[in-house]
Amino acid sequence: MSLRIVVTVKYVPDATGDRHFADDLTVDRDDVDGLLSELDEYAVEQALQISENSDDDVEVTVLTVGPEDAKDALRKALSMGADKAIHVEDDDLHGTDAIGTSLVLAKAIEKAGYDLVISGMASTDGTMGVVPALLAERLGVPQVTLLSEVSVEDGKVTGRRDGDAASEQLEASLPAVVSVTDQSGEARYPSFKGIMAAKKKPVESWDLSDLDIDADEVGLENAYTTVVSAAERPARTAGTIVKDEGEGGKQLAEFLAGQKFI
Amino acid sequence: MAEVLVYVDHVDGAVRKPTLELLTLARRIGDPVAVALGNGAGDTAATLAEHGAVKVLTHEAAEYAEYLVVPKVDALQAAVDSVSPAAVLVPSSAEGKEIAARLALRIGSGIITDAVDLEAGDEGPVATQSVFAASYTTKSRVSKGTPVITVKPNSAAVEPAPAAGTVEALSVTFSDKATGTKVTGRTPRESTGRPELTEAAIVVSGGRGVNGAENFAIIEALADELGAAVGASRAAVDAGWYPHTNQVGQTGKSVSPQLYIAAGISGAIQHRAGMQTSKTIVAINKDPEAPIFDLVDYGVVGDLFDVVPQLTEEVKARKG
Repeated sequence: MSLRIVVTVKYVPDATGDRHFADDLTVDRDDVDGLLSELDEYAVEQALQISENSDDDVEVTVLTVGPEDAKDALRKALSMGADKAIHVEDDDLHGTDAIGTSLVLAKAIEKAGYDLVISGMASTDGTMGVVPALLAERLGVPQVTLLSEVSVEDGKVTGRRDGDAASEQLEASLPAVVSVTDQSGEARYPSFKGIMAAKKKPVESWDLSDLDIDADEVGLENAYTTVVSAAERPARTAGTIVKDEGEGGKQLAEFLAGQKFI
Repeated sequence: MAEVLVYVDHVDGAVRKPTLELLTLARRIGDPVAVALGNGAGDTAATLAEHGAVKVLTHEAAEYAEYLVVPKVDALQAAVDSVSPAAVLVPSSAEGKEIAARLALRIGSGIITDAVDLEAGDEGPVATQSVFAASYTTKSRVSKGTPVITVKPNSAAVEPAPAAGTVEALSVTFSDKATGTKVTGRTPRESTGRPELTEAAIVVSGGRGVNGAENFAIIEALADELGAAVGASRAAVDAGWYPHTNQVGQTGKSVSPQLYIAAGISGAIQHRAGMQTSKTIVAINKDPEAPIFDLVDYGVVGDLFDVVPQLTEEVKARKG
């Protein structure tokens, strides 16, 4: 038996950097350092754990859609232990929205071949958290998402989804699309050996023609949503800061009373 | 007037507050038509009518609880087919966003998630979003198909607006994908008796400075005196002091209450992402250099173990 896992990852601007918009109102990816989205590290980690705990022959492929620099995200995942990588890159992809991105990912996943797709719970830049559900819809396979615990056995994926009202136990047959939360288990750091090994691992590059996608199905011009404006949030006006000299709680109560909260 | 579909989030017929906020926003665009699914769907009608629903489409079936997400997508698609709405509004819960996304794909529409405001526009509804850890505000619209928009809790006021609320049975045929993911077990979360974190008007959060699970009692005591929800920073949750369901921040809940009180929280970007849009922000922290003080309307530099109990006592005293 073999199990083919495709992990979707995203290269995002560093959240601790000064993130901003470009003139065309897309996310500026040039002026801010990028990295593998932190939430995708959990997806890579779970894929590697499934691989390590399986008696089957498991192959972990990491897949990203993004500009040249997005290879850095693939390298990081390979150095953590993924077996190979696929980079979908095409100038026509600039400005593609979630609907378009899910098309490109789904076509690439189908071309790569898969039994299980694992994604993070959301990207740290767009933060929509809809791509896993969109992939399940496009691929026509079960959606087993937002798992804090996941395991794969006998052609089935099971896991725990912690919702607001209840914690649910889920089960589906493979092939399936899974997403994992940051509660699924701390992601490993790449070892020196892993970093060296990653340099020799294969990274395939595909463009839109490799995936039989027309340029008019993706990109900013063809997006299903339009950003009308983007404005920096005005800095909050400086508040009152007091040092507690024994009356700090009372002073705070006075402020809250003045604001009619108490 | 055009009709606007509103997906109803309810628990056995009790409508949750974000849905009522959606009805307020839907009325800016057209006549709200509510879609209530699953156990107790019919019991939602009275509340929905009071808040502006001209029609309530209901469908009860065991599939909604037994299988994940897809049965609800099938039903909402059936509602879109029967109503041909001007827009579809869905509460921005984790599940709500998944339902909305799959619906949008099926009906060939664009999707906007986590809107914090919505207004009518010449080319369709315009949604306001707060992005990059709330450092930017964007306005967007759906440019293809019927706009599907998910809206965050606390984005609008709940307003009574009595309407007919005529109940109609929705006809739903489940797709062959509906039973793909089985819910084999469900453990309801124990009620704390406090408001829902994302819906609360006041949130009191504790962080690393709380220094231990047992010390969260002083955070809870203040919250209870204010009728507030309790939140926690990622540091406090990762340390195991408080449940992940209460985490405020990028990988937890994003809250936008009238008043946010941060105790012992430094205010890293991950935390700010989840609370920066709060109307009034108050912080208590020992470190005068803590970044949280850049956001506050009122800050106290001091030991939370002195300041918080004193505040709790003072609130109690003022309430008489």
